[in-house]
Amino acid sequence: MKYFLKKTAGLLATLLAVSFLVFAAFAVIPGDPATAMLGTEATPARVEALREELGLNAPLLVRYLRWIGDFLRGDFGNSYRYNMSVMSMIGDKLPVTLTLTAISFVLIVVISIPLGVACARYAGGMLDHAIVVANQIIMAVPAFFSGILITLVFGLILHLFVPGGYVSWQQDRLAFLGYMIFPSIAIALPKSAMAVKLLRTSILSEMKLDYVRTAYSRGNGTRAVLYRHVLRNALIPVITFLGMALADMVAGSIIVEQVFNIPGLGRILLTSISNRDYPVVQAIIVCIAFLVIAVNFLVDLLYKAVDPRITLD
Amino acid sequence: MKTKAIRRFLLTLVCTALTIALSGCAGDKAGGTTSRISIGIPQDIEDSLDPHKAVAAGTEEILFNLYEGLVKPDSEGNMVDALAESHTVEEEGKVYTFRLRDGVKFHDGSLVTAEDVKYSLERCADTSSGDPLVPAFSAIESVEITDENTVRVTLKEPDNEFLAYMDAAIIPASNDSPETNPIGTGPYKYVSRSPQENFVIEKFDDYWGTPANIDEITLKVIANSDTIVTSLNGGAIDMFVRVSQSMTEQLSDDYNVLEGTMNLVQAMYLNNAKAPFDDVRVRQALCYAVDVQEIMDIISDGKGTQLGSSMFPAFGKYYMEELNDLYPADPEKAKELLAEAGYPDGFSFKLTVPSNYQQHVDTAQVIAEQLKRIGVTAEIELIEWESWLSQVYADRDFEATVVGLDASSLTAPALLSRFVSDAGKNFVNFESEAYDAAYAGASTSTDETEKTAYYKECERILAEEAANVYIQDLPCFVALNKKYTGYEFYPLYVQDLAKLKLADGQE
Repeated sequence: MKYFLKKTAGLLATLLAVSFLVFAAFAVIPGDPATAMLGTEATPARVEALREELGLNAPLLVRYLRWIGDFLRGDFGNSYRYNMSVMSMIGDKLPVTLTLTAISFVLIVVISIPLGVACARYAGGMLDHAIVVANQIIMAVPAFFSGILITLVFGLILHLFVPGGYVSWQQDRLAFLGYMIFPSIAIALPKSAMAVKLLRTSILSEMKLDYVRTAYSRGNGTRAVLYRHVLRNALIPVITFLGMALADMVAGSIIVEQVFNIPGLGRILLTSISNRDYPVVQAIIVCIAFLVIAVNFLVDLLYKAVDPRITLD
Repeated sequence: MKTKAIRRFLLTLVCTALTIALSGCAGDKAGGTTSRISIGIPQDIEDSLDPHKAVAAGTEEILFNLYEGLVKPDSEGNMVDALAESHTVEEEGKVYTFRLRDGVKFHDGSLVTAEDVKYSLERCADTSSGDPLVPAFSAIESVEITDENTVRVTLKEPDNEFLAYMDAAIIPASNDSPETNPIGTGPYKYVSRSPQENFVIEKFDDYWGTPANIDEITLKVIANSDTIVTSLNGGAIDMFVRVSQSMTEQLSDDYNVLEGTMNLVQAMYLNNAKAPFDDVRVRQALCYAVDVQEIMDIISDGKGTQLGSSMFPAFGKYYMEELNDLYPADPEKAKELLAEAGYPDGFSFKLTVPSNYQQHVDTAQVIAEQLKRIGVTAEIELIEWESWLSQVYADRDFEATVVGLDASSLTAPALLSRFVSDAGKNFVNFESEAYDAAYAGASTSTDETEKTAYYKECERILAEEAANVYIQDLPCFVALNKKYTGYEFYPLYVQDLAKLKLADGQE
């Protein structure tokens, strides 16, 4: 109980700090939504009128408090640019980023755990060597570059998907999921490689411990020792890594979104920053911060599920 | 148990892969009776959809298909009657009378009335929020409905060029939210949009004029310029306007590349109020030092049109080709002028360039190299477009910048008015009494020839005073899938999508 209270307080404090930082950052960097909106048609009188209309003339703190007040009442405001409610914009784009993250995450887990175990089990063998080398190469290739390679090979040569042919999830769910597979692979590859390496090392160091010898002496085979005893212990660092990877994917899918022309949360965030569309930027950043904190919380719970000896406090 | 789960997962994976492959095939068919085209756009139509409030060039060029004014430009730049059936100009351009076309419908099915016209024009001229929405409309004295089919616009002063501004969109007075629910009279009507994703328009069946050919147009946002070529070659989009020279070389055989001009004045704009650019000799030295032909050779394989003043060839009668020869590339002469001005060893300055315009960044880099020959160092500073707008354009806090300025209408003032000493848009702080006098002369003159002579005088002063280092009108390449034809270049920043059609033999 105390744990939950502490976590919730931490969550609120973080969100408050993050949102204020964003507000303050926009006060420091040059550029302003009114001149951005008016472009080369801007005259001092029109800029002034628009600033007044958008409520930009109030002091920073007043604007921040006003924003928080609306936010707590569930009103995220309207985008300056699109004249649309920020809520509906995020509602439209969040599923895109979440789907991308979810598919990538599943791919990472499905690829890395069996491979990691296999590597450790046949450590020093041909399979192990091959995977270790492949791992090194994959880890060295950043997601955006593997994205370009995937586009070239699977899109332009093998014609398995249409590059840039993103289909909205509201339009056709199946085609949407289909389009998401290849970007997910681009995100999942380097992270899977890291997870394999981590799991392999972790299992190998566990294998040297006393309880493993005890397990063998009780008549267990290698397979049973690995899955029933070692894996649980060896998974803890991997879960930590996966948690970090998940948070990283939610917040950082922007690059792969650009390569595959996916209009996700990252894309909206990027253009809203350059347009100085404050309400959108605020809401997205708070949303991402919330997701990252939530993931950390889940990781904590998962520790306990995997290893009941761990207590949360 | 576990193997079963894995098997099931693999099966799902294979099925999904097949689905994508199959749906890819389905996309190739034109879809029976509905013709479609996907056009890539480099930035979203993230402006207001209200035609009177939209300012981004990228928005206006698309809204051209949704909205029309009493008159509108054709592909030669002439103003032809659109919602007006005919118009008359009286009292040397003080009174404009428009007879409305019968039975023209808005996209919502209602008829265009004289009240809608009056409402639209007065909305553009409204000064309650400072300046009017269409700046030129400050010249309007009154808009009257003389009978149910005739509207008369009276100006404060005669201006026989005013017709060029009468392309302001006519919208229904009954529409409460034009910024999100655009209703016009154009050949296409709005269907939907999704931020940073797409903007969909469809053919308007009740259009009064020559109907559009293609039924549905999807404008897809391709924010990352590196994916434009793959999107074209992969078939996700069929057309992209303004691709670069290097992109055209990577396109597959499915594409035609059409070449036109961008219709803008690319120049190194100098802050005339800041030293050393407040000295005309320094500005002229820079003009002699910059070799325009070399710039064009390097950045676009020699394509482009050299300019010598703030005017491009699409303007026909105002364009003065002879001004291009005013400053032939001559580093020696440039050095002499610098020495005279008191900078025998050159100087250094900051060249601010918006980073999203690759062609301007490339040009700036070539210029910086050329200026080294006369001992001048240009430090290139890349900034975001939005920072450029507030810092350089609005606050005039810069030394020099490379951008292209386009014309919002086919009138000389669209390009020349900004250089009047006290003009709000005079971001280069150009000051010349002779220029102000010539410009005023043009504005008050009612004689066509005399007016043109005054505008040419303005151009000559800009060139002789070396207000800016004029470079070129950039070449414009359009990539269009061979399945389609009919693209037309306009001398203005518009895309006339209604002219696009399927090529023969395509369905």
